[in-house]
Amino acid sequence: MARLSPPSPAAAGPAKRSARPAPKPPEAAGSGHTPPPGWHARIDPAPLLPEPEPYRLLGTPAARDLDPALLRRLYEELVRGRRYNRQATALTQQGRLAVYPSSTGQEACQVAAALALRPQDWLFPSYRDTLAVVARGVDPVQALTLLRGDWHTGYDPRARHVAPLCTPLATQLPHAVGLAHAARLAGDDTVALAMVGDGGTSEGDFHEALNFAAVWRAPVVFLIQNNGFAISVPLEKQTAAPSLAHKAVGYGMPGRLVDGNDAPAVHQVLTEAIERAAAGGGPTLVEAVTYRIDAHTNADDATRYRDAAEVEAWCAHDPIDLLERELRDRNLIDDAESKAVADGAEALAARLREEMNADPVLDPMELFDHVYAEQTTQLREQAAQLRAELDAEEDR
Amino acid sequence: MSTATAPASAPATRKPATMAQALRQALRDALADDPHVHVMGEDVGTLGGVFRITDGLTKEFGPDRVTDTPLAEAGILGTAVGMAMYGLRPVVEMQFDAFAYPALEQLISHVARMRNRTRGAMPLPITIRIPYGGGIGGVEHHSDSSEAYYLHTPGLHVVTPATVADAYGLLRASIASDDPVVFLEPKRLYWSKADWSSDAPQSVPPLGRAVVRRTGRSATLITYGPSLPVCLEAAEAGRQEGWELEVVDLRSLVPFDDETVCASVRRTGRAVVVHESSGFGGAGAEIAARVTERCFHHLEAPVLRVAGFDIPYPPPMLERYHLPGVDRVLDAVARLQWEVN
Ligand SMILES: Cc1ncc(C[n+]2csc(CCOP(=O)(O)OP(=O)(O)O)c2C)c(N)n1
Ligand SMILES: [Mg+2]
Repeated sequence: MARLSPPSPAAAGPAKRSARPAPKPPEAAGSGHTPPPGWHARIDPAPLLPEPEPYRLLGTPAARDLDPALLRRLYEELVRGRRYNRQATALTQQGRLAVYPSSTGQEACQVAAALALRPQDWLFPSYRDTLAVVARGVDPVQALTLLRGDWHTGYDPRARHVAPLCTPLATQLPHAVGLAHAARLAGDDTVALAMVGDGGTSEGDFHEALNFAAVWRAPVVFLIQNNGFAISVPLEKQTAAPSLAHKAVGYGMPGRLVDGNDAPAVHQVLTEAIERAAAGGGPTLVEAVTYRIDAHTNADDATRYRDAAEVEAWCAHDPIDLLERELRDRNLIDDAESKAVADGAEALAARLREEMNADPVLDPMELFDHVYAEQTTQLREQAAQLRAELDAEEDR
Repeated sequence: MSTATAPASAPATRKPATMAQALRQALRDALADDPHVHVMGEDVGTLGGVFRITDGLTKEFGPDRVTDTPLAEAGILGTAVGMAMYGLRPVVEMQFDAFAYPALEQLISHVARMRNRTRGAMPLPITIRIPYGGGIGGVEHHSDSSEAYYLHTPGLHVVTPATVADAYGLLRASIASDDPVVFLEPKRLYWSKADWSSDAPQSVPPLGRAVVRRTGRSATLITYGPSLPVCLEAAEAGRQEGWELEVVDLRSLVPFDDETVCASVRRTGRAVVVHESSGFGGAGAEIAARVTERCFHHLEAPVLRVAGFDIPYPPPMLERYHLPGVDRVLDAVARLQWEVN
């Protein structure tokens, strides 16, 4: 893949935007004023500014330089991801999943985030990011444990360096910063990538995480999936900022704006941000502009707050279609290969159906096992009470 | 480990020390013993904290181990979560009781449940130090007793020392714990003194063990943290009324030591719970209920509570009317139905 060379730590983002010297204080600029004591220009905000329009690769001349192997891999994961979303939503209708927040339409962000990370890096997903978790290698059935309605994450976060799916909005972002900070202190080459929605950017934890990350120069990448809505609330009720990527500037980190349905573009922007973080350049905020094609979850009715025309417009800008067009134009995929990818996705869906249709093995006594390292007297007593209730139930 | 009585007494090297000094020594020893321990918070570096508990530590251990963070409590605790996920053992300082509230979401939704929701794979050994309580003439927002908010949340330990030796021992035990601990430091006892030496082998009490501070057979005063000195004074004054009051210092609200508390109440047959936070829905309500449930047939009188009133913490010019003092404690003891016998 033709990638822009990794920027120097001091540079803001891609090489095209070179770091400029900080502006001179008014006095030096000849205004005749003496600035307040101790005031001095800190950093030049200009190199931190995001692109004026979402960055695109597909459909541009630069796309021709993209690595075919990467494009094929992205394509396969996008197709699997879409099928996974459809199957998971179907399982909610059959009562096999308690809830599923689908990422249909956002697969490019999900897949690119997972594939851009190196094995030693960490992913901090939100509830909508099951696809990213699965694309990073977590077992597709285990990844659904909480959404199935079970009591635990289903996977060991340390195995694949994937934090638990996080539901309280934006609260996973400071975790990513802390982990990245700890890794940096240890001298480890580890980057954390944290995902958040457009609505989540209004939360205090978003602000605090970005501020800590920038002050500590933590090796962390924030990926906002701006899918236009926070449940029913559109972006214009969420923020008056020029873009969500612009928020980066106030913290002193670069913002990047990317077409969230252009999988290679998202992959490239995230890869650059990860390389920058790993090289000691500090955090980056990436806004990926995308769209949630499905309702917020299976329990939501999106017709109450948005037009069919808007959804149709986004369907015409579909992440799988965009990538497939590129692959076909360059003869990187033929019908047989395309069918093989679809068959693989079907097999994944079949496995989901089969394993999710089996009743889970539940042991209510386990609920007392991990509240503390050692069970307290009180929990021992309560566990004994539940044990007795269960025994009585069996005798009945 | 420790016994249920106060630490064994004085080798010759002991000299007067304040609770603040003992806490600082505990942090220093923890930092020296374990490279995973990190201290972080507002003003904990150069200044040494507004109560000077971390004085000198950043100089000794460097700003990467003892860190002045940006001013944001949720961010401090949230980043501590990530640091603990990576294997560190963060000790977070919240500047004041009421300024810890922005961190409640991180505390309740993540710190308290990460071990559980990962089936034990990801424990969070975080200690959250919070100066709490009144009696220091603080203006509003500087004197809250916030223990009830914490003890209601499964997954947290809630610990509060009342003596100089316990300040050291309990803080060491809290930092060594693989579970998150809310460590409540009674502000008005920061400058309390006792003969103590960190060189002497300390009895590091296990978390969750109460201790009988004074024995007596008339009634049990159950208390913790800032109210212990009040209860000890009341017990002394009660002798003039002919009462021999036993005083139990809980030390840990979670885990709760039912055994020590109930053994005492079964001996005395009467109990008063004393704390300075508001009574309604407070720790005393839980304690009174537990004692009643477990000791009903030994009780000669209802378990009474002596607490702060159910009002926002009053301003310093009026706080003495709010805080339970010796008289309010003894008034409660007087109401324990002595004449019925
Ligand atoms: C702190 C908090 N407040 C409210 C909610 C309820 N809630 C869940 S998802 C959601 C919308 C989030 O929108 P956005 O951040 O844009 O993410 P998206 O769902 O679009 O992926 C809300 C309000 C929550 N999970 N956490
Ligand atoms: Mg959204």
